Amino acid sequence: MNFKRKDLLGIEDLSKEEILFILETTKSFREILERPIKKVPTLRGRTVVNLFFEVSTRTRMSFELAEKRLNADVLNFSATSSSLAKGETLLDTVKNILAMKVDCFVLRHPVPGTPHLLARELPVPIINAGDGAHEHPTQALLDIYTIQERKKRIEGLKVAIIGDITHSRVARSNIWGLSKLGAEVRVCGPPTLIPPLIEEMGVEIFYLPEDALREVDIVMMLRIQKERQDEGFLPSISEYIEFFSLTEDRLSLAREDVLVMHPGPVNRGVELPARIADGKRSVILDQVVNGVAVRMAVLYLLLAKR
Amino acid sequence: MSLLIKKGRILDPASHLDKVLDIFIEDGRIKRIAKDIDLTSQEVIDASGKVVIPGLIDMHTHLREPGREDEETIESGTCAAARGGFTTICCMPNTDPAIDDPSLVEFIYKQAENKGIVEVLPIAAISKDRKGKNLSPMGRLKAAGAVAFSDDGDWIANSSLMRRALEYLKSFNLVLISHCEDGNLSGNGVVNEGYFSTITGLKGIPREAEEVALFRDLALARMSGSSLHVAHVSTARSVKLIREAKQVGVKVTAEVTPHHFTLTEKEITSFDTNTKVNPPFRGGEDIEALKEGLIDAAIDVIATDHAPHTIEEKEKDYADAPFGIIGLETALGLVIKELVEKRILSLMEAIAKLTINPARILGIDRGRIKEGVKANITIFDLGKIWLVKEEELASKSRNSPFIGWKLPGKIEWTIVGGKVVYGV
Repeated sequence: MNFKRKDLLGIEDLSKEEILFILETTKSFREILERPIKKVPTLRGRTVVNLFFEVSTRTRMSFELAEKRLNADVLNFSATSSSLAKGETLLDTVKNILAMKVDCFVLRHPVPGTPHLLARELPVPIINAGDGAHEHPTQALLDIYTIQERKKRIEGLKVAIIGDITHSRVARSNIWGLSKLGAEVRVCGPPTLIPPLIEEMGVEIFYLPEDALREVDIVMMLRIQKERQDEGFLPSISEYIEFFSLTEDRLSLAREDVLVMHPGPVNRGVELPARIADGKRSVILDQVVNGVAVRMAVLYLLLAKR
Repeated sequence: MSLLIKKGRILDPASHLDKVLDIFIEDGRIKRIAKDIDLTSQEVIDASGKVVIPGLIDMHTHLREPGREDEETIESGTCAAARGGFTTICCMPNTDPAIDDPSLVEFIYKQAENKGIVEVLPIAAISKDRKGKNLSPMGRLKAAGAVAFSDDGDWIANSSLMRRALEYLKSFNLVLISHCEDGNLSGNGVVNEGYFSTITGLKGIPREAEEVALFRDLALARMSGSSLHVAHVSTARSVKLIREAKQVGVKVTAEVTPHHFTLTEKEITSFDTNTKVNPPFRGGEDIEALKEGLIDAAIDVIATDHAPHTIEEKEKDYADAPFGIIGLETALGLVIKELVEKRILSLMEAIAKLTINPARILGIDRGRIKEGVKANITIFDLGKIWLVKEEELASKSRNSPFIGWKLPGKIEWTIVGGKVVYGV
């Protein structure tokens, strides 16, 4: 198959075949990461700009590592040191950087649709590294890769995504991706954090983890932001922990071979206790290493043949 | 000064006239309406094959002057109005400063007289500085020429103040126009709350933000016995609430915008900020209900809510860009395309909602073609399809989701007080 897209904006518009193709491509890059010398010349002479308008450690470092291991030149741009403070619009900033002859933008932005705005206006590939509560395609791809690696299949698996669904781009991208590949997805959280009509995305809704976790193969815990308490979504974080965190008792309702996932960064003791995060069912660190491989694959597919 | 309009199909909803006749205009007024008028006239318009209607009236326009003359001015806004067939437009008071003082009402009239090419009637603020705290001097504002009151853009959250405003207005017999939106429910939402807000991650504005506010306003209108006009109705349940209130005698009227009966929330998936409007585009079932409301007269008026914003403002991201789209130049075309051609309303019924109905609500002597009245007349070609081109818009702003659309009903001439202000 030929991957013909200019950009990677979301999982919603990818076909099952395209997702499988990216996962297949990821495999070869995952192998490279096990070599003593983890660098390949694939993107030598290409310049990738990481534009981050939100605080991020993991995703930014993961992209940067992926770019460096492909031998691309890397420019990092973060909101605090940006010229946007001087009244320049995002589009204008990006056009100015483009005028310096760069080859690709990786964008993280708090507002949904900003990568789409850039993709429409610019001739170079745009990779969405998270746009508000909309999508985070590379996260979903690395999550699906991690599941595939362990379970050898996606079709027929039961996956519970638990936490703040409303504000989660990770949840949305995973719902699209996992559903396309035939998994059965459940979402769970307090009703104030479940967005309206999400069932039309093809998921089942649960309001308590005890109900959502029964017989699941995968549990994905989402990060809960402390601000949700002040915004009136929750009475308190401590009450959230009491009813919605992952405990040993709750986890025992899942299948014996359940995998515990988290997109990070984990609030240890909030979404799940350290014991589970570091336990043998946890694949949280696998997700991190696979993230680099997935991003190498995406960069390769979008850039290498241009 | 005289003008003869020959052989046009005259459509006057107020008198149910629909006939090919001539109109003779002298000194700004309609002198005669008859077949084959044989009078010498300085100017003659051959309107054969065209439809001649009372000049359109928009009771919901944002002209942005004073304060945001980069978005629109009275001059450019009235040019857009003329191009859209509107001869009278009512400008909303959410300017900077807000129109909450007689001197500002006078300023609008003066600017309109000097720079405007169609009639501009100011709507004044209900509360001082539109802050929702103290009543504006409504009596004096009326004396200066305000035709209605509204804090448009902001709902009066204080129910007691809203009650007093409705009661106080009875002395002055003007309508209060409410922008129904419970700000706590809409929060910092930008699109309709539902499936499309969920998949895009854009923050939602639930239908209930409008309906809760509307319900309270209807209760207070009933309590006070005053006239309430509901701006830009957008949901199915709002239509139902208004219909039921009318049935029990509440003095309520309502308007819908062309964009709300044309586009659904699905548009937002493009993330194009020209789809960001308040109230937001709703669902298909809401559009059906709005159309039913237009049919059974739960909805009296079609108004544009023409809301100009600069390219620079709309170039921002979806959360940051301002709400609003321009509508004066596409209104009639959308009405014909979506309502008349789809047989929701007859052309006569549709034109009523753009002429005599708003005139009656505002209590102004406009919106009819009759001997003796001021000659505000619009002539259009019903069958002529035209392309909405960005570079041809007369408005200063370009924020329309209809650019590139083909619309029927090309405006050929717009006549204000017997004078052609727009003509091809």
